[in-house]
Amino acid sequence: MKHTINELEDIVSQVRRDIVRMVHSCQSGHPGGSLGCAEFLTALYFETMNHSKDFNMDGAGEDLFFLSNGHISPVFYSVLARSGYFPIAELATFRKLNSRVQGHPTTHEGLPGIRIASGSLGQGMSVAIGAALTKKLNKDHSLIFSLHGDGELQEGQNWEAIMFAPHNKVDNLIATIDYNGQQIDGPVEQVLSLENLQTKFEAFGWHVITSNGNNMEDIVKSLEYAKSLTGKGKPILNLMSTQMGHGVDFMVGSHKWHGTAPNDEQLASALNQNKETLGDY
Amino acid sequence: MKKYTYTEKKDTRSGFGVGLHEAGQKNPNVVALCADLKGSLKMDAFANEFPERFIQIGIAEANMIGIAAGMTIGGKIPFTGTFANFSTGRVYDQIRQSVAYSDKNVKICASHAGLTLGEDGATHQILEDIGLMKMLPGMVVINPCDYNQTKAATLAIAEYEGPVYLRFGRPSIPVFTDPDQKFEIGKAWMVNEGTDVTIIATGHMVWKAIEAGEQLEAMGIDAEIINIHTIKPLDEEAILKSLRKTGCVVTCEEHNKFGGLGESVARLLSTELPSPQEFVAVNDSFGESGTPDELMTKYGLDTINIVEAVQKVIKRKK
Repeated sequence: MKHTINELEDIVSQVRRDIVRMVHSCQSGHPGGSLGCAEFLTALYFETMNHSKDFNMDGAGEDLFFLSNGHISPVFYSVLARSGYFPIAELATFRKLNSRVQGHPTTHEGLPGIRIASGSLGQGMSVAIGAALTKKLNKDHSLIFSLHGDGELQEGQNWEAIMFAPHNKVDNLIATIDYNGQQIDGPVEQVLSLENLQTKFEAFGWHVITSNGNNMEDIVKSLEYAKSLTGKGKPILNLMSTQMGHGVDFMVGSHKWHGTAPNDEQLASALNQNKETLGDY
Repeated sequence: MKKYTYTEKKDTRSGFGVGLHEAGQKNPNVVALCADLKGSLKMDAFANEFPERFIQIGIAEANMIGIAAGMTIGGKIPFTGTFANFSTGRVYDQIRQSVAYSDKNVKICASHAGLTLGEDGATHQILEDIGLMKMLPGMVVINPCDYNQTKAATLAIAEYEGPVYLRFGRPSIPVFTDPDQKFEIGKAWMVNEGTDVTIIATGHMVWKAIEAGEQLEAMGIDAEIINIHTIKPLDEEAILKSLRKTGCVVTCEEHNKFGGLGESVARLLSTELPSPQEFVAVNDSFGESGTPDELMTKYGLDTINIVEAVQKVIKRKK
């Protein structure tokens, strides 16, 4: 391992601080899903993926990551900045005028680390498959990772992509579902039930693994296991259970914190629960 | 009037198919994606010679646009192929976010545009696609006029870096442009120099504009005919230069009069050189079933409609 689990957890603590401070500063954004995916993004960028912080769009010879549920941009931006893609000071410009750190990720402002715009939901799996096909055509044996919300699976385009990938043996793709069970209007099971996601993906021809996205040791191991399954003819689906708002007690498990910013008092409480490990931006 | 003749009729989609095949031979990064319309889009030659670079998506256009956007990452040049209706309206948000806003080098190639799709009727006859595509920042919009020009345009867009919408059609129409032409994106083609009126035409309407020019000549009207194959970016200089000479314009397109070439010309002229303009275009309507010729007649896109529009617009000149 490049880092110990403790070191990775320290990074996560700082990422959580970044998330709540960014969202608090502009009084908008999506803290809940961002917090829930802090371990996953940290594991990807600090442990799992082979990537260079010297960004170039094509990423030849590198593992690439695509964020489909673009509204959890705070965690993506924090992890990219903490990985060295751009200065952490820029996190202070999140959602503000003339910023590269837009409300939803975009290539349009030239922020290093972003390879596609996302935010309008349901498009990222197709994009990830496209990048995976190009890797194969280029005889580039690195991998494609992607992250999708569970509520996002209500978008039909996903199911076009989910059907395409096994048929075409896109086995250099590891897609992860942030299975937190919450969406803006309430629990996913109440808004529009996903039923049994594991058997659904398996029926489409994916190799499905499950993981606990808020347990660093488990997510690191699960991603390593997922990597060992690539190149065997099937796309890999990591069904990752998380808690929305994980790491901030009053945000945990509630859809109310999907897209709400904390006030000053709530920010102080959230910061008290997550120690400053790498220095605030 | 400069004399134009033709010895054969061909469909513009076949020009695309030949151009795509040649682009694939020239550049190994060219890849082609198709949503279950390989035969209709004439993509067989490419698919047969480069099976590993041809991706059959199935009937899933949204997925096709997203995969195309992703394939650009790593240097591929994806050409997507389906009917114009399914290339644009069906997948507008995918094009907007994953291609245009993300500035991806995707070529959206759209056949069976407009009324001349014919018998399938209005569900398949999109007349709004030029408008949809030209409104996207950074999107190049091209609607070639015959087989040769479509082939040349296909080769040209393979060498251009950035998102492009290439619109072509189903019916066989006269082949009258140079088979070895060099296609310049954004550059108008002067079909015929004249002094009394400017006729600006795109796509299938260019041959009809030539026919109209011949009829007008017999009436003593000297028409300048300009082919605008690239609707965006518009060759503003060529249009203004012509209008300074003629003082009035008729725009011709197989598209709704709202949002098409005519409106782009009107926007330019209203700010730079206000001039009388008449529109030969579909009058804010859906199409219907019928043969291409019957439909072009019923919806006012025939040679006679251009002639009448010219007579009308000349009277409006001060």
